[in-house]
Amino acid sequence: MSVLKTFVKGGIHPPDHKLSAGKPIQNLPLPKQITVLVSQHIGAPPKLLVKRGDQVKTGQLLAESGGFVSANTHSPATGKVAKIDSAMDSSGYRKPAILIDTEETDEWEEGILTDTVLDKNIQLNGGDIIQKIMEKGLVGLGGATFPSHVKLSVPKGKTAEYLVINGVECEPYLTADHALMMEKSDEIMVGIQILMKGVGVESAIIGIENNKQDAIEKLTRLAPAYKGISIQPLKTKYPQGGEKQLIKAILNREVPPGGLPIDVGAVVFNVGTVYASYEAVQKNKPLIERIVTVTGKSVKEPANFRVRIGTPSTAVLDAAGGLPEDTGKIISGGPMMGRAIPGTEIPITKGSSGLLILRNEEAKREKIIACIRCTKCVQVCPMYLEPYLLQTLSEKDLTDRMEQERILDCVECGSCSYICPSNRPLLDYIRLGKSKVTKIIRSRKK
Amino acid sequence: MSNIILYTILSLSALGVLAAIILYFVARKFKVYEDPRIDQVEEALPAANCGGCGFAGCRNFAEALVRHEDISAFYCPVGGNNTMSAVAKLLGKTPVENDPLVAVVRCNGAYSHRPRTNIYDGAASCAIESSLYTGESGCPFGCLGHGDCEVSCNFDALYMNPETGLPMVVDDKCTACGACVKACPRDIIELRKKNPKDRKVFVSCINQEKGAVAKKNCEVACIGCGKCVKICPFDAITLENNLAYIDPFKCRLCRKCVPECPTNAILEVNFPPRKEKNVAQETTMKVRTPENTDTDTNK
Repeated sequence: MSVLKTFVKGGIHPPDHKLSAGKPIQNLPLPKQITVLVSQHIGAPPKLLVKRGDQVKTGQLLAESGGFVSANTHSPATGKVAKIDSAMDSSGYRKPAILIDTEETDEWEEGILTDTVLDKNIQLNGGDIIQKIMEKGLVGLGGATFPSHVKLSVPKGKTAEYLVINGVECEPYLTADHALMMEKSDEIMVGIQILMKGVGVESAIIGIENNKQDAIEKLTRLAPAYKGISIQPLKTKYPQGGEKQLIKAILNREVPPGGLPIDVGAVVFNVGTVYASYEAVQKNKPLIERIVTVTGKSVKEPANFRVRIGTPSTAVLDAAGGLPEDTGKIISGGPMMGRAIPGTEIPITKGSSGLLILRNEEAKREKIIACIRCTKCVQVCPMYLEPYLLQTLSEKDLTDRMEQERILDCVECGSCSYICPSNRPLLDYIRLGKSKVTKIIRSRKK
Repeated sequence: MSNIILYTILSLSALGVLAAIILYFVARKFKVYEDPRIDQVEEALPAANCGGCGFAGCRNFAEALVRHEDISAFYCPVGGNNTMSAVAKLLGKTPVENDPLVAVVRCNGAYSHRPRTNIYDGAASCAIESSLYTGESGCPFGCLGHGDCEVSCNFDALYMNPETGLPMVVDDKCTACGACVKACPRDIIELRKKNPKDRKVFVSCINQEKGAVAKKNCEVACIGCGKCVKICPFDAITLENNLAYIDPFKCRLCRKCVPECPTNAILEVNFPPRKEKNVAQETTMKVRTPENTDTDTNK
């Protein structure tokens, strides 16, 4: 067997714990009331279009994109706007939100096809595809929620050669992308062709880690039927799902510091986004639902759910057997990059890839002791940084040095904090340093 | 033997003289003229190097004072009016008179008033906790209690009270340099006008949420009811974003707003006890004031 590809520098091997692997995607029933956050993406907040008391249809536009780097927000259900209020997002801070009292049966907005027939015939041309994806409010579903149409629009002077599809799902526990690849393989293949047409490239490569053999096999079997698509099995290593790591692993190209994947001729999309693009372009369906993994060692029935956006976390947790008693933390996202949410009423957004329940003993952070200069953090950093140094610099507020040490290259994967034998809060401080340095650089430009 | 010592002394002295001559000419050639007044001004400044003036230390501030004709925009909060007038006299410029200020903590969410709903076990820094989420209590505006302000204070004028989990300002030591204001990620600390006998009347809350939400998370939150605005005879109180604010320069310390506040969000500090009938209410309020806990037990 040939040696499997992976990125070269750094990376860690946390235990897999893919408890919900192989479980089918279940549809979660619509709750009585949903809370749709107005802004669910990175970029400018959208402008509100509805008011209290309005009757809305499923898929209706609720808020209109507020700029180029912004996205539309659609109604995930049919019902009446109960309130325009503020609601807690995953950080606990209150953000503008639309509360909708839902009706049991969906009345779909005109033009949306709700059948599940596979439609392989791509009628739109490249520009129209980007336009459609923008209209339907698509954002990166891997967790970063960056508006997809921005990534699709290749800037002048740059050329895209490859479309890289992220089916890696390197986060432990999460299986949402895996489940999607197994159940909607054909749709994903058509989705990839749509995106290839949108970006204007001839070849696409799907990267899948070798802990998902069934997905690799299934997609490899399908690939010959679709022109230009190939599958690249990868050696399991965290954080292979990071754009830069994935490009290094598949194409063996380095994205320059401060650069974007397009600088080395690649555009990266997550399989979740690919499936959403298929639905947006072929079925005219906006992004109103996503796959959410509910998992954790103490969860009764770890599962993958298809959840309408705006559903409170409690409803999703209840469907998986309720919140266990000894719960220490509920993490939105995976254990490596996710964040603990401060309450169970927090709604599912476009970026929620999973809900992970950690038991009390798992959730506690260990006591912080002195750095022993073992340089394990330097070895595991996939971005060639020195986390122990950046942490000290951030603690001492030495912003110039931090900038010199390229703190902004950090992808916040958390490998350093994971590996540290002294349990030092490396990423915590690096994140703080990053925000300070970003602020200074911004003020310089003015 | 003695010859060796003699030659050594002679050759070293000759070298020394030669070096001295070279250095003399080099020093003359590369002499940097520095205004002697900079040294004098620096001497008059407090030498705290706190950065409260906005410059990188006292020397830097002294240079700026000498360089600029109009020094009305410059002020040393640590030295105060005395220092500024002394400096102005040295330079023959006109100083600006400012009211002395003092740091005031605008959060009264002690453990007893604001229940903690979760446990934070990350890095012990307010800046980090604030960037991650709302904090251990539900209040997204309240004090996080890790003492970033305490660390930033160069004058030992601010320390965390373990009983309340809030910072306390020692008014006598506070120089209003503003380091804590910058250090607090939630902008809780404000520099307010220093009144005689350190008396203060201020809204000890910066929560801009709607009243019901704010009150749910903290029983001493300002709920934005506007009662204080109505009763204030000097138009010193404004209500914006569900939050009352008392302008320290308009407030005449009449204290009429204090008993009016339904949530006891307005604090009065360092006042003699009230004589009127609402003594009972007064004492409970005194206990709730972090600055007064010590003096109360003494009395």
